[in-house]
Amino acid sequence: MRLLASALAALAWMAVASGAWADTLSDVRARGEIVWGGDLQGGEPYVFEDPRDPSRLQGFEVDIANALAGRMGILRARFHQVEWSNLVPALERGDFDVALNGLEDTPARRARLRLSRPYFVYREVLAVRRGSPYRTLEDLRGRRVGTLNQSYALDLLRARPLEAVLYEGQQEPYFDLQQGRVDAVLLDHLVADRYGCPLRDLECLPGDVARGVYIVGMRPGDATLAAAVDDALEKLVAEGELRRILSAWHLWDDGQAAIASVSPPSPAYAETIRPRIDRAQVVLFLEGAAVTVAISLASFAIAMPLGLLLAAVRVTAGPLGRTLAATYVEVLRGTPVLLQLYLLYFGLAPVLKLGAMTAATLGLGLNYAAYEAEVYRGALLAVPRGQTEAAASLGLSERQALRHVMLPQAMRSALPAVTNDLVSLLKDSSLVSVLTVVELTKRMTIAAVEVRSWLGPGLLCAALYFAMSFPLSRLSRRLEARLSP
Amino acid sequence: MIDVRGVHRRFGARAALDGIDAQVHERECIAVVGPSGCGKSTLLRCINALEPLDAGAIDVAGFSLRPDGAAPPATLRALRESVGMVFQELHLFAHLTALGNVALAPRVVMRRPRAEAEARARELLERVGLQDRASAYPHQLSGGQKQRVAIARALAMPLRVLLLDEPTSSLDPDLREEVRSVLRVLARESALTMILVTHEQRLATELADRVWVMKAGRIVAQGPPREVLTSGP
Repeated sequence: MRLLASALAALAWMAVASGAWADTLSDVRARGEIVWGGDLQGGEPYVFEDPRDPSRLQGFEVDIANALAGRMGILRARFHQVEWSNLVPALERGDFDVALNGLEDTPARRARLRLSRPYFVYREVLAVRRGSPYRTLEDLRGRRVGTLNQSYALDLLRARPLEAVLYEGQQEPYFDLQQGRVDAVLLDHLVADRYGCPLRDLECLPGDVARGVYIVGMRPGDATLAAAVDDALEKLVAEGELRRILSAWHLWDDGQAAIASVSPPSPAYAETIRPRIDRAQVVLFLEGAAVTVAISLASFAIAMPLGLLLAAVRVTAGPLGRTLAATYVEVLRGTPVLLQLYLLYFGLAPVLKLGAMTAATLGLGLNYAAYEAEVYRGALLAVPRGQTEAAASLGLSERQALRHVMLPQAMRSALPAVTNDLVSLLKDSSLVSVLTVVELTKRMTIAAVEVRSWLGPGLLCAALYFAMSFPLSRLSRRLEARLSP
Repeated sequence: MIDVRGVHRRFGARAALDGIDAQVHERECIAVVGPSGCGKSTLLRCINALEPLDAGAIDVAGFSLRPDGAAPPATLRALRESVGMVFQELHLFAHLTALGNVALAPRVVMRRPRAEAEARARELLERVGLQDRASAYPHQLSGGQKQRVAIARALAMPLRVLLLDEPTSSLDPDLREEVRSVLRVLARESALTMILVTHEQRLATELADRVWVMKAGRIVAQGPPREVLTSGP
């Protein structure tokens, strides 16, 4: 009872502390600190760790946040790390007071957040391989175009008949463009200027695909905070401080003059309908589940025979073969599968250009082969010695004994463990989303941000995983029951 | 048919075989008796080339086994086509039926077509009285039935020598007769040369032409069963 009471008290406290009903501005003033959310992975020039002293942060947004705090009469601004694609949900949750990290002013964001006046004008820049026939987005009909998840560029791409490929980091889309895995990359000029245009074999096309502004995002209820932020920003513009900051980062250009003339966006969230999980979303989820199943089965089709081969070599081959097989198993088991996927897809690309699906399937298959090898090896060693001796005494060679006596018995005893690994592979397959493959978990994270909730998409995603893995678990249990004498 | 000369085999400090000299003539049946650990099983394993020799020589069915290294795989395979063994623990293949156990070596080693190997396996199962248990797995068979499957499995190869390690010791006394009768027919009617390790006096008396009495890795007495076995304890 007491436990329940204290749990309820804790919940109530969390609800108040979450800031959902509190006035954030007075809260900020009382704390003497404004907390701003952003992602260090966004890197230069937004916000990044000082290479000489990683405990210190640098970037034009760091300077803007500090200047804002100063103009608002707040002691200091503190940075809060969050994955960029979760910037808005984290703000809504109350993880920080404002979102300040290359957040674009879009109709969708206006519908969802309270936006400040702009502090930067960006251009969407299209990068292609040098000598490529594509000059505009219209030329890219049906082609693959890379961009960042949850960016305004993604909205632009989705409105066109082409395939948008989603990345989590700024460098990877340009790398894949060099490798020919995508035909163009559409991103803010800040990113393009640093990561794309300087690359010798790439070219950034003249003429902006679109222009837009970065704004500070706040929760819809924080009207007083928004007024204070707008007021401070206006002062920064009027005093020329913003220009000084942007110039110091070599970001000032003629386009920035528009900042002064743009008025704060009017809130639109009251009139719009909150997006929901509809039939179209469910279809996308089912597609994601199909990708998950396809990758899992294909990689397991690599892992099983390769694992069997490795186990057979480890049990029967000479010292050299044994050492090689053991090394394979130890290395593949002893390093993260995520790292292996990166190496296979990005690291090997200069010599071996694998498609995303191929790299994903191969990576998981090669990794799981190490685990399967150990399962089979254990099962082979568990076959009684007398069985091999009887085979030898009947004239079977070592290889014949392995094939006709040891393996059939080992396979039977290994089956439950193998099925178990397949279930685990099904869930590990979510890792391949780092290679731009949109499978079930990735679909969930995309949908979660779009419908502003992790709960519905999360439960739908969990239900689909369960629907795929539960039959396998049942199969495993039935096999176990059938095989035990 | 079998010529064993000065064979030694050590396991660590213990001499399992401490100088064995013995001959077996074609179609002869030898019973080996003696206390546990006296080296009877090791001798059979050496003749089947499952165990290397530390010293001495064995000639069996035209093959020579010497201490220097293992015989090449092809020689071993040829030897085992002619020299078969029934283990004390049987070691039936757990994943195969009685028929599968008997047909495996002819199929894999002799490369007989499956149908031919299985027809021959059925004949052999019939010979040991198990024609109606062909599709049973080892764990579904009684002790005596398993023993008979093991014998049939060995006989599936074109054997000239059959080595049997305690074929009746693990069986209840009332089940021994079914195995004994199979062996009786084998000893009398087949052209096989047999060595039979046994604790069972009755089996030795009934089947053997000669008996070797072993003790501490040596053959300490040999002769016709009635002479040797009545003098012993």
